[in-house]
Amino acid sequence: MGEITNWMDQIVKENPNVVTKVDYGKTYENRTISLLKIGSKSASAKKAIWMDCGIHAREWISPAFCQYFINQLLQTYKTDPKMEQMMKNMDFYVTPVLNVDGYIYSWTDNSTRLWRKNRTPGPEGCECLGTDLNRNFDINWGTLGISFNCCSIVYPGKSAVSEAEAQAITDFVGNRTDEILCFLTIHSYGQMLLIPYGHPNVIAPNENELMEVGLAAAEAMKKVHGKQYTVGTSPDILYSFSGSSKDWARLQGIPFAFTFELRDDGTYGFELPEDQIQPASEEAYSGALHIITHVHDKEFIKPTSTAATVAAMLWTTMMAVFVTSTVIV
Amino acid sequence: MRLKIIIVLTILTGITGSPSITIRPEVELVDNKQRISEQNLVTETDEVVEDVMATGELNPNHYPAQRAAKVVQHYINTLYGSPFKVFHLHRVHSGNAEDVADSGRKYQLEISVQEMISNTSGKCSAEVFFSRGDKQHSPQVQVMCEELLKINTTKEEDAFYQHLKKNTSLLSAEYLPDSHGHIEPDMKPLWHLASVASSFIMLNESTQDTLFNMAQVANVTQLATESDQLKFEYLILLHEMVSQEIIRWKLLVSWCPPEGVKVLQMEKLPHCHECEKPPNTN
Repeated sequence: MGEITNWMDQIVKENPNVVTKVDYGKTYENRTISLLKIGSKSASAKKAIWMDCGIHAREWISPAFCQYFINQLLQTYKTDPKMEQMMKNMDFYVTPVLNVDGYIYSWTDNSTRLWRKNRTPGPEGCECLGTDLNRNFDINWGTLGISFNCCSIVYPGKSAVSEAEAQAITDFVGNRTDEILCFLTIHSYGQMLLIPYGHPNVIAPNENELMEVGLAAAEAMKKVHGKQYTVGTSPDILYSFSGSSKDWARLQGIPFAFTFELRDDGTYGFELPEDQIQPASEEAYSGALHIITHVHDKEFIKPTSTAATVAAMLWTTMMAVFVTSTVIV
Repeated sequence: MRLKIIIVLTILTGITGSPSITIRPEVELVDNKQRISEQNLVTETDEVVEDVMATGELNPNHYPAQRAAKVVQHYINTLYGSPFKVFHLHRVHSGNAEDVADSGRKYQLEISVQEMISNTSGKCSAEVFFSRGDKQHSPQVQVMCEELLKINTTKEEDAFYQHLKKNTSLLSAEYLPDSHGHIEPDMKPLWHLASVASSFIMLNESTQDTLFNMAQVANVTQLATESDQLKFEYLILLHEMVSQEIIRWKLLVSWCPPEGVKVLQMEKLPHCHECEKPPNTN
């Protein structure tokens, strides 16, 4: 974690025109939760993309991907006109490690490698600790895919948003729901793109569009190294569950919310070999970029609205002709 | 005439529409499932979410077919796996499910399976039966694969077997893979053997509500034997995807090329909240 923090400071130093570090919360063990805000500086508030990694401690490929993503943004925007345009129109808020306490704990030794939750002590009388942060958000909290046994790996906490780490996202993103166009949260493993909602009977109003964009992103990912990513709602392709960050984000009105489940499909699982970090990140980047580009273009490049205005004018004129001709008759 | 014109005009107006209106249906019927409003997510609802079992043709990407297909992977490994042959589910092409009276549920699947070491793929047709009711049996599987199961690994298996038989010292290792996904090349056969041995457990433990993978070998110790068999004691960590839990199993495993992999003893260990280092480490 120390390496990651130092690297974040280094990135700010090397790219002062486009990068700022924002400390937006504290973990239970009082460590700082930080993100890098990346985008061309602007006088007014900009639309934004949110990405967080490392919400589950053992999913090590996730923080690695956020770092790769940041590097890619900073390397390509100077030479790629599309990226330059997106950096001008939007800011990227990227949190390399949300669950800092859990992540550090998972690095302690071999026996802690598979830790998932944060490190908040359990309720009184409980011999175990930790809350599953991706069950702690304030959205049908404590109803599905959870266990109130405090030792359970999917213990949702003592109440909705009881956890400092979940509170940090809730506050930061919650204050910017008009700004944020897209909420991406990165996990492993399973090779999936999950769309809202985690409840099997609730459909997001834009589910069709989310599926369409997700499927196209998965196609893009497959082109990179041939890996298949399945797209769908969690209840359809994985399991039902409540209290997830992407569900919460979607319900706040952020139109695009995806959970990425990165490599692999169960062979190495959480302990993805180091030589797969690069290819896994490359394919995830191409998927994320597809979604981000779609979201950006939908907001900033609006050919359809121009066409609709012209069509509306045509019909109105024809209607006027109809009415007048009828009246005359 | 006038009425017809008004109707036509209304339709025309409707067609142009307005790009700024967002239609947010409160209740929508999709695929004959009653959808409830997003508003229900705001308040904690007491409603029971009925787990309606998918019947008939299955979406191959959805979890019912995927979980059943994983069971086929475990089954194939118990029959054909070895330290040099490990099978992994690659894709589900199609699936079908039907209830069998009151006794359970039968899945028919067309899948692709990959042998991980030779990196060859092949198609399989399989049937998986999950029993229902008081007597919970492990799933019953039938499978037919083209070509895939005929992969010849005799040379590698014999070489490895002879090497260990001649060795005076007994092998042992811990954490395969390690935290960084690394496995020493010499230790890979022991990792493969663990995958195959865990397949026996994963097959036994599988239901329609589980999806198992082997997460890690915590440790393995070769035991001395008088017989032709090689014997190993394993502490294996399984990952169950639906509950997300890590489940620890102690296994006594035997192997020799002619007889294949056998699990002689298996013991599920209690949940370990803050696991200490395994006792037989130096």
